Amino acid sequence: MKRALKLGIAALLAACGSMPAVEHHFASEADLLEIQAVLKRDLRVRGSATLARLDADAVQQACNLNGNAPPEPLVKTLEAQQMAAINFPAGSLIGDWKRGESIAQSGRGMQWNDGPKDVAGGSCYNCHQLAPQEASYGTLGPSLLGFGKLRGNSAETQKYAYGRIYNSKAYNLCSQMPRLGHSGTLDEQQIKDLVALLLDPDSPVNK
Amino acid sequence: MRAPILFLLLISLANGGFAQDVKKEIEKYQQMVADSSPVELFELQGEILWAKRQGPNNASLEQCDLGLGAGVLKGAYAQLPRWFKDADRVMDLEARLLHCMGTLQGRSREEASKRVFGNEDQPSEMEYLSAFVASQSRGAAMAPGQAHAKERAAYALGQKLFFFRAGPWDFSCASCHGEEGKRIRMQELPVLSSPAAARPVVATWPAYRVSNSQFKTMQWRINDCFRQMRMPEPAYTSDLTIAIATYLTVNGKGEPYRGPGTKR
Repeated sequence: MKRALKLGIAALLAACGSMPAVEHHFASEADLLEIQAVLKRDLRVRGSATLARLDADAVQQACNLNGNAPPEPLVKTLEAQQMAAINFPAGSLIGDWKRGESIAQSGRGMQWNDGPKDVAGGSCYNCHQLAPQEASYGTLGPSLLGFGKLRGNSAETQKYAYGRIYNSKAYNLCSQMPRLGHSGTLDEQQIKDLVALLLDPDSPVNK
Repeated sequence: MRAPILFLLLISLANGGFAQDVKKEIEKYQQMVADSSPVELFELQGEILWAKRQGPNNASLEQCDLGLGAGVLKGAYAQLPRWFKDADRVMDLEARLLHCMGTLQGRSREEASKRVFGNEDQPSEMEYLSAFVASQSRGAAMAPGQAHAKERAAYALGQKLFFFRAGPWDFSCASCHGEEGKRIRMQELPVLSSPAAARPVVATWPAYRVSNSQFKTMQWRINDCFRQMRMPEPAYTSDLTIAIATYLTVNGKGEPYRGPGTKR
């Protein structure tokens, strides 16, 4: 009982997008220019990891300049822009939780040693608890055990789960979670499969 | 050999579900692997390579100045990274060894750095040498240079880099090493901006890694973090890597060196 309550609180905190206290570091515009120059000078293209990856977008810029806590109006503007760029597919967003589980397990994708034929994963277990059978899970993100049990799987919840995986920054601008759809790491079907892992009543996450 | 033991242990603990117990068992496991570490073999091989005459000059590295004078090994590693007058540059151990391979042995940078990260079957010359040189600082307090302006600049740059988010996954070093008590999978993550967490880390690198039977250097550690951050690859011993190494080492200063360590 106590355990279930704790998990519920963790999931609620995750829903609010609140983050535990961490050291905030505020870079200046000059710092960012200096760092960009150093990175462009000392990093080398390898495999798919090209120097184009160093170009900062508006979200990264805002988070770097403001210690991951930009002023509220800027947060709202940028979150809305990120939200508008999510391609929500029509119809059910619940794919196959079994495929979702293997996507959640895989840490492949976007690294310079990943080959062009390697299928990317979501690295989910690196940071989140999901299925209770998987004991080796990280804790950088909130536990997602019982995610669907707690929230049901209405169209609205499906949309939230899909969007959060596609682009976490649309919900919490300086979230530490990678924008897995926005960055081109995972495709539409893969994200649907992860939504199934979270929301399907048959998924071990909800058993 | 040991991996299945850890696996079974974790499975049995997962049923109990208490993070504290898991942590305790991981510590026990770490102690167990440290007791049977082959680090000494790497140190011995490094000592042989240190004295081996090679390169166009058919010279050894025995006259290499690691910061405390030509050929002085004792305590030298503990005072790196530091600024070197002859190169007018802040250098870490690997940058300095590469420098000596050039100046003493007459080897080209290209040849000497061709294969710096080895594998299980064939460790690299740099890994052996790092094990040997670092071992000669056991017991010495970590005291990287921070007196010269370039040393302080390296620290300042390293700090900025540590918190800078970039790349397709928006990661910075602090994404994984910024919050206390967190893990990736079962791997605990030290908050490297905090002296308390940085001290035991800098006191135990370079290190032997049990999970893949390889000896790893700090340059490799930084390189592999960039890979996992989905960033392009840092040039070996570049100023960027040395700035990060300086930041980490200064954060961990004062800790008596007790490496080369043994990691999971």
